[in-house]
Amino acid sequence: MEVTLRSVTEDLFLNGFLPTLSLFGITLLLSIPLGLIISLGLMSKFKPLKMLVSAVVWVIRGTPLLLQLIVVYYGPGLIWGGKLLERPVAAIAAFVINYSCYFAVIYKGGIESISRGQYEAGQVLGMTKAQIFFKVVLLQVIKRIIAPMSNEIITLVKDTSLARVISVYEIIWVAQDYIKTAGLIWPLFYTAAFYLVFSGLLTLLFNFCEKKLDYFKS
Amino acid sequence: MSILEVKNLKKSFGSSTVLKGINFTLEKGEVLSIIGTSGGGKTTLLRCLNSLEFAEEGQIIVNGEVIFEGESFSKQKEKELRLRRLHFGLVFQQFNLFPQYTARENIMLAPKLMGKESKEQIEQEADKLLARIGLTEKADYYPCMLSGGQQQRVAIARALAMKPDILCFDEPTSALDPELTGEVLKVIKGLKDSDTTMIVVTHEMGFAQSVSDKVIFMAQGQIEEMGTPEEVFEHPKSEKTKAFLAHVNDKD
Ligand SMILES: Nc1ncnc2c1ncn2[C@@H]1O[C@H](COP(=O)(O)OP(=O)(O)O)[C@@H](O)[C@H]1O
Ligand SMILES: [Mg+2]
Repeated sequence: MEVTLRSVTEDLFLNGFLPTLSLFGITLLLSIPLGLIISLGLMSKFKPLKMLVSAVVWVIRGTPLLLQLIVVYYGPGLIWGGKLLERPVAAIAAFVINYSCYFAVIYKGGIESISRGQYEAGQVLGMTKAQIFFKVVLLQVIKRIIAPMSNEIITLVKDTSLARVISVYEIIWVAQDYIKTAGLIWPLFYTAAFYLVFSGLLTLLFNFCEKKLDYFKS
Repeated sequence: MSILEVKNLKKSFGSSTVLKGINFTLEKGEVLSIIGTSGGGKTTLLRCLNSLEFAEEGQIIVNGEVIFEGESFSKQKEKELRLRRLHFGLVFQQFNLFPQYTARENIMLAPKLMGKESKEQIEQEADKLLARIGLTEKADYYPCMLSGGQQQRVAIARALAMKPDILCFDEPTSALDPELTGEVLKVIKGLKDSDTTMIVVTHEMGFAQSVSDKVIFMAQGQIEEMGTPEEVFEHPKSEKTKAFLAHVNDKD
């Protein structure tokens, strides 16, 4: 089969970029809420829980994601025997664990940066805890974490390429095949365009969100 | 029956006792000013009344109903706590408006969440309050677009929207530039004319003297002196009060 720019684009998009995109999307979808739960653990008044969660977050943020991918994929099989996880499942699990911890720390910072006066103003007006969180605090937290979250999320776009260490198809893996099968290296360079376009779109999206929340200061 | 009775209120933080048995009563429609040295426990007293802080001992009685009695009341369920808080309103030194809402939305948020009145009633009430604080034109401004004095006036309207029995102010003008204090004090004076029961912690001696029915001078967690403005300002009995007033007059 003839290798053309068009055929490479199609191949990279369908067999490489789409799996990359779904790894990215599923990771975000799961780790954004899981991060909130972990952040509640980080801020818990129950000391043992707080220490446990802090320790987990320390380990996850303190070791390479590459290593975590390998551990999640091979670890359970080595320890308990039995079948290994499906590769994409292991990749998603490792990414979700890793990113939830980073998100949790960002959420914690955002929540703790809201002044006590905001909570107290809600309290003396007779609001419930839930009302104070959802109607008073949440939007202010979102405004404050949008910049650090966008950093992490754009890093995630590029981190998806690490999934290849446990042989999960993603765009660089597909591009690299052209070296072996067709002796061509440019498809590998070409993958950069996909990353750039995607992260560029995300940057626009985040800028838009920041603009949307520009109407108030907090 | 007094609208508020505070009996022997005691509060400590760790080993330091901040309120050492506070006693006073307040009648409906009265304005009580609390003056005193910084660190004397004035803020803590207001925070205890508003159930943001819990005393270890003592009673708070509103309209004859004991709403707080000793430590056991600090373990009340959230719902009871909220009902208790509704007896009081609190205007903070730092305004604490909700930045993402307009002036009008700030005023309407809590009544809406309370869900007792219809949307139309709440909106009408908010517009009346905005007129009362003289900010009808700025109803749709966000707090960041308002001056400190305007923000504090909105905070007053926001507290009034919940129709508290007693409205408390914690140094409402201390965070303001001097030229902005007048407009806030004017709003508070206006409330007195409409018979709002108020407790005002303030450093504005002229204001305390002209507006209050009662004045309390607090120092080191105790009420050193209590009486009419004439009694406290013109004929203070306690040496501490005299020293404080002399010091304040020196500065002015
Ligand atoms: N949350 C707290 N923890 C420990 N000490 C406190 C706390 N709040 C107030 N205090 C102490 O209580 C004393 C009275 O403070 P406060 O009520 O703010 O006085 P005032 O409002 O009259 O200046 C001060 O010595 C202050 O340091
Ligand atoms: Mg104070």
